[in-house]
Amino acid sequence: MKKTLFALALMAGIAAATSVHAADNGSLPSAEELDRLTMEANRNSFHDKGIIKVDDVLASINDPLMRACADAKIYDQPMDPETQRKFEQENMATIQWPEDGNYLGDWEAGEKLAQSGRGGTWRDKAEDPAGGNCYNCHKISPEELSFGTIGLSLYNYRKLRGVTDLDDPKSAEMIKYTWGKIYNAKAYNACSNMPRFGSHGILTQDQIRDLMALLLDPDSPVNK
Amino acid sequence: MKRRNKSAVLAVAAAMALAMGSAMAEDSTSAAIDEYRQMLQDGNPAELFEMDGEALWTEARGPKGATLEACDLGKGPGVTEGVFVELPRYFEDTDKVQDLESRLVTCMVELQGLDRADIVENGKWGQGERANVTALATWIASQSRGMSFNLPQDHEEERLAYEVGKRVFFQRGGQYDFSCATCHGQENIRIRLQELPYLSKDPGDGVGIAAWPAYRVSSGQMWTMQHRLNDCFRQQRFPEPDFVSDVTVALGVYMGVQAKGAKSIASAIKR
Repeated sequence: MKKTLFALALMAGIAAATSVHAADNGSLPSAEELDRLTMEANRNSFHDKGIIKVDDVLASINDPLMRACADAKIYDQPMDPETQRKFEQENMATIQWPEDGNYLGDWEAGEKLAQSGRGGTWRDKAEDPAGGNCYNCHKISPEELSFGTIGLSLYNYRKLRGVTDLDDPKSAEMIKYTWGKIYNAKAYNACSNMPRFGSHGILTQDQIRDLMALLLDPDSPVNK
Repeated sequence: MKRRNKSAVLAVAAAMALAMGSAMAEDSTSAAIDEYRQMLQDGNPAELFEMDGEALWTEARGPKGATLEACDLGKGPGVTEGVFVELPRYFEDTDKVQDLESRLVTCMVELQGLDRADIVENGKWGQGERANVTALATWIASQSRGMSFNLPQDHEEERLAYEVGKRVFFQRGGQYDFSCATCHGQENIRIRLQELPYLSKDPGDGVGIAAWPAYRVSSGQMWTMQHRLNDCFRQQRFPEPDFVSDVTVALGVYMGVQAKGAKSIASAIKR
């Protein structure tokens, strides 16, 4: 019931936003019609190439969360907090926690992985392991000066997150959060820019362990 | 413009591209590009493509043995000055909103009798008639250098293309959940050291849409906006867009309208 009410409210909101918009521009069709025209343009404009299939990507655009995140930007209306929580819970449910309870791998392997921007494009092969793409968006080890700024700085991660002793039960929550954030960032922020590395099968559990070590191992340059 | 030895300039460019292809740190790459830009000062390899494009415009070619001088790029047959900063726009004869490249293809097919499939479906970047479109677009764009973007939005199809382009810009998906806006919807952000233009507003003079076509030093290629968008979609982990597709033209309308008033520096030089 609540869901239906919200959906109606959302539709009314979009309709209101659209009518204002239409008044500005004369004779624009409805939001539904513009969405239909956009999907038609998508359908007519792309072709399969390499590992990328048009049908899969067009379906992902219409995934309810992706749709809601896009609409929030298109209509400049933030997502309703309750809907956002629902999406975050759904994504939280897809996180697989390490089977052996072991969260940390090898920070040196993690650094290599963080450097690699490979994976997921029409030039990549399905069987080639993807990189983490981490430095594209984050500052991480201080030695690497070529880092992006779309995401937060992760330098000094332990200190930043108040982790002093990994075995201290007080650290458990932050370790778990870090794993979850890499595995599925949408579990914590529904429209996060960060890919869902675990839930979308980009990285394996072992690769995520290595990235965890890069951030949390006391010997990692991140924490020096 | 000083004519220079084409092979010498291309050799320098190729050497630069090779040096940059190695595992150099990005900051030294940046420095190398700055140095390269200084070295070229009053000219960049794009000039060579401009010259090719200018020659192609007046050369009788194709099965019909015609020049492109009767081509209407929006301001009447044969007008090349100032057309680039008003494209994409609606054309009555094709009943479509077209960008510079798609309009050039129309003229090459209609006036010269060239095969559309050779350029569009089967064409390859930098080869055959597709390469000629790039050279022509580079020259035409240079005929609007220093002018401000001012796309028409009078026709209903132009307004629809803007709305579709806006939706394409913000739609998210693929394995990585990316949209155009992931990288181009905020101010002052970078991927590695590469600064990213904020394209959902006016990014400013000579930035974003106002900087293409450009000579890409890293690949040693001349890229039009169609080529630039093709590589964006690759990095977005999206499927490959067709050359002069509805989606890439609609994005051109969206970015062009957002950039109203921005001065074009095309043809430019890029890392």
